[in-house]
Amino acid sequence: MAPYDVVIIGGGPAGYNAAIRAGQLGLKVACVEKRTTLGGTCLNVGCMPSKALLHASELFAAANTEFATLGIEVTPKLNLPQMMKQKAESVGALTKGIEFLFKKNKADWINGVGKLAGPGKVEVTSEDGAVTVLEAKNIVIATGSEPAGLPGVAVDQVRIVDSTGALTLPEVPKHLVVIGAGIIGLELGSVWRRLGAQVTVVEYLDRITPGMDAEMAKTFQRVLTKQGIAFKLGSKVTGAKASKTSVTLTYEPVAGGAAETLEADYVLLAIGRKPYTEGLGLESVGIETDKRGFIPTDHFKTSAPGVWATGDVILGPMLAHKAEEDAVACIELIAGKYAHVDYNLVPSVVYTAPEVAWVGQTEEQLKAAGRAYKVGKFPFSANSRAKINHETDGFVKVLADAATDEVLGVHMIGPQVGEMIGEYCVAMAFRAASEDIARTCHPHPTRSEALRQAAMGVEGWTMQA
Amino acid sequence: MADIMTPALGESVTEATVAKWSKKAGDAVRKDEILVELETDKVSLEVAAPADGVLSEISAEEGATVEPGALLGRITDGAVAGAAKSSSPKVAAPSSTPVPVPAGELQPEPTPGKAPPTSAPIPDTSAPKAEPVLAPSAQRIASENNLEPAAIAGTGKDGRVTKGDALAALEARAKTPAPAAAPAAPRAVHEREERVKMTRLRQTIARRLKEAQNAAAMLTTFNEVDMTAVMALRNQYKDVFEKKHGVKLGFMSFFVKAVVHALKQVPEVNAEIDGTDIIFKNHYDISVAVGTEKGLVTPVVRDADAMSLAGVEKEIGALGKKARDGQLALEDLQGGTFTISNGGVYGSLMSTPILNAPQSGILGMHKIQERPMVVGGQIVIRPMMYLALSYDHRVVDGQGAVTFLVHVKDALEDPQRLLLDV
Repeated sequence: MAPYDVVIIGGGPAGYNAAIRAGQLGLKVACVEKRTTLGGTCLNVGCMPSKALLHASELFAAANTEFATLGIEVTPKLNLPQMMKQKAESVGALTKGIEFLFKKNKADWINGVGKLAGPGKVEVTSEDGAVTVLEAKNIVIATGSEPAGLPGVAVDQVRIVDSTGALTLPEVPKHLVVIGAGIIGLELGSVWRRLGAQVTVVEYLDRITPGMDAEMAKTFQRVLTKQGIAFKLGSKVTGAKASKTSVTLTYEPVAGGAAETLEADYVLLAIGRKPYTEGLGLESVGIETDKRGFIPTDHFKTSAPGVWATGDVILGPMLAHKAEEDAVACIELIAGKYAHVDYNLVPSVVYTAPEVAWVGQTEEQLKAAGRAYKVGKFPFSANSRAKINHETDGFVKVLADAATDEVLGVHMIGPQVGEMIGEYCVAMAFRAASEDIARTCHPHPTRSEALRQAAMGVEGWTMQA
Repeated sequence: MADIMTPALGESVTEATVAKWSKKAGDAVRKDEILVELETDKVSLEVAAPADGVLSEISAEEGATVEPGALLGRITDGAVAGAAKSSSPKVAAPSSTPVPVPAGELQPEPTPGKAPPTSAPIPDTSAPKAEPVLAPSAQRIASENNLEPAAIAGTGKDGRVTKGDALAALEARAKTPAPAAAPAAPRAVHEREERVKMTRLRQTIARRLKEAQNAAAMLTTFNEVDMTAVMALRNQYKDVFEKKHGVKLGFMSFFVKAVVHALKQVPEVNAEIDGTDIIFKNHYDISVAVGTEKGLVTPVVRDADAMSLAGVEKEIGALGKKARDGQLALEDLQGGTFTISNGGVYGSLMSTPILNAPQSGILGMHKIQERPMVVGGQIVIRPMMYLALSYDHRVVDGQGAVTFLVHVKDALEDPQRLLLDV
C-alpha cells in the first residue's frame, strides 16, 4: 500500500481536526483511534457530555427555583436515567458526525491502538489483536491527556471517580466531595449540586480556578457559594478510603495544622490532566518527554524528523479548541503553508451558571510583566437584558494598554458569557483598541452591550452605569 | 512576486526622477500602500505597492532617472518569521502589471510675487485607490488630527492601522518639525471663519515654494528702468507692426529679448545646481507668467534667443490663449531656464519673487509709473519701472546679478543695443 502523507495517532479534537484539514488539503491521511468512536475525551467523556448534564441540570435547577418567580408553577421530578440517555444520544450523534466528516474529506479512520514503530511507521493493534503497520511520510501525535492521579486517592470509578466516572453516576450523591477547584471539578460539582447533592470542594491552593483573573475567581467563588457549594481552600488531601457505600476523605491544612476528615458517598478527583503518551513508542523515534510528560515541539515539530505533535500532549492550554488550532496549523505546516497559533488568544470558558469566560492576559499577568494598563468594567446588574432575565450576577472587565489602548485581556462572569468571548477574540486578533469596541454598535437589548459598556469604561465614558 | 513598475508619466514626459522611497528593502508592505514618489518637472506622482509582501529589492534608488515601464523594485510574498520551511504563496495580484496609479499631481511653477496658482489646466487625475484599513479608533485619531491614513504604518493584521499605530504616528509628527507645520489639532473655527481643505495641488504648491526657499540661497537685487525709449519705439511702430505680424507689439517681447541678451552676458543666471555640479544651459527658454481665471501659470517661450520680437509676441499670445482656455499641455510648462513674472499688471510697484526651482533667476517686472527723474542736471518726468532679480546666490554672485540687471536695464533704455548685440 502506498504510504500515507499523514498518519495521526488519536481521534480527539487535535486528531480529528488534523485529519479533516489534511483531507481538505488533498493529503492522504489516516487517523488511528483506539476508542470505537471518534472524538476523543472531549466528545466521549469530556466537554460534550458534561455540557449535556450542565444544560439539563441548569434547567432542573431553574424549574425548582426560578420558574415560580416567573409565574410558572411546577414541581419538577428528576429522571436521572433519561437525563443520562439524552446525553448519550447527543454524544452518539456527535461522534457519528465526525465519522461523516472523515468520509467527506477522504480521511481513513483506523480503529485500534496506534504506536510509533520507528521512523515513518505506525503500528496499529486492533481489538482482535491483529497488528498492521502503516507507512507514513508524516506522523502526528494527538494522543491527548488523561486525568491526573493523586497519591492516596485510588480512582475506582465507583465511589472514587474521575471526570469520566462523574458523568455517569448512577444516583444523585448525598454528599459529593470534589478534589480540585479547577474548571472540571467546578462544572461537575455544579451539575450534581443542582440535581440535589451537597457538594464540598477541597482545593490545595488558597483560591479557586488557578489561571483565572483573581478578581473574577473571587466573584466566581462567591456566586458558587451562594448556590450552595462549600469550599475548603488551602487544604491538602492526604487520602481517600472507599467502602462499599461511602468514602472517608482525610485532608490537612497546607499551612499546617491538624488533619480532618470528610464523609462522602462519592469523591470526584479533578486536580488536572496530564499528557497521555503511555505505550506510544516514543523511544522508537528517540523522542523524550519533559519532566511533566509533555512532548517538546517547535512549531509542532518534535525532535524526530517527520514526527509532529499537537493538542494536550504538547505545552499550552489543555483545551479542545486549542487542540483544534494546533491541528490545523500543524497540518498546514506539513502542507508547506504558513500557520501560526497565538496561545495568548486561546479563550477559556467555565460552563457553570453564571459562566466565566476570558481571553488574553489577567491583571496578575500584566502586573508581573510591568505593563501599564487601564481597566474598564461593567456589571450585568446594569445590563437591561440580564436584568429582565433575572441573571444579574457577574460583570465584564476589559484590560487595555495604558498607552496604545490595545485590548490585552477580557474577563467576564455572567449569563452565557462563553458565547460572547469570541467577539473579543476577533478584536484582539486584529489588535483592536478598547475604543474600537466602544465605537462599534451592539444590539439592544442584549448582554453583549455589557461588552461595549465595559470597553467604554477603559477611557472613562461608560454610559449606562 | 510582483514588480513595481514606473507608471505612464503623461504624454510627452519621457522620464522621472525617483524622489523618495517611503520603505526600505526588507520592509513589509501591503497592497496599495504608497512606496515611492516620482517627480517629473511638473508632476509628482506616487507609486503604490501592487501586492502584499516584502519589498525585497529597490532597483531604482532615490535620485535615479527612470522611464515609463522601468523597474523600480520588487515585492516578494510575505514570509513571516518562524513559519514553515516553505511558506506557500497566499498571493496576491498577478505580477508585472504596471502599477495602476496615475496619481497625476500637477506641479505648477511657483509664481512669483503673486500668490501661486490654485489650479492649473491639467486636471488632477488622482486615481481612486484603496484606502488603508483603519480601526475605528485610528480613524478617529487620523480625522481629528489630519493624519494622512496612508502615511501611518500599520502593524495590525494584514497591515491594518491600530489605535496604537495612529497614536505613534501622531507622536512622531509632534517630535519631527513638520515641513508644513500642521497643527497638532485643528483649531476651532469661529463663527465668521470658514475652513476649506487645501487641495493636493495647493499643498504641493505650498511645499514646493517652501522647498525653493529652503534650498536656494535666495536674495533679490533691484534696479529701475526708464521706459521712455521702449514706449516711444512701440508708439512709433505699433500700427505697422500689428498690420504686418497680426499681433500687438507689447512690452513683454522687449523684456524677453532683453533678458536673453543679459543671460548671454551672465550665463550663471541661466544655470542650475545639480548636486556638486552646475549645469549651464546654452538654450534660452523663458517661462512667462500668464494670468488665467484659475491663477497664474508659467508656460515656456522656447528658444527665445532665435525669435524675433513678433515671434515672441505671437508665442506669448498663443500660450496665453491656451492657458485661458485650459489647453496648456504638460510640455508647455516644462523646461524653462529663467522666469519673467509681471506683477505690474496688477499694480505692484516692487516685489521679491520666489525662484522657480531649479532655475537660478527670476525677473520681476512692475508697474510703469511716471516719476521725477534727474537727467543731465534737469528734473524730468519719466515713465519708470522697478526691476527685481531674485537669484540663487549659490550660483550667481552679487556682481553677476547686478550686472545682469544692468544689462536688462540698458537694453530696454536703449533698444538699439539689442539690434547691435552690445
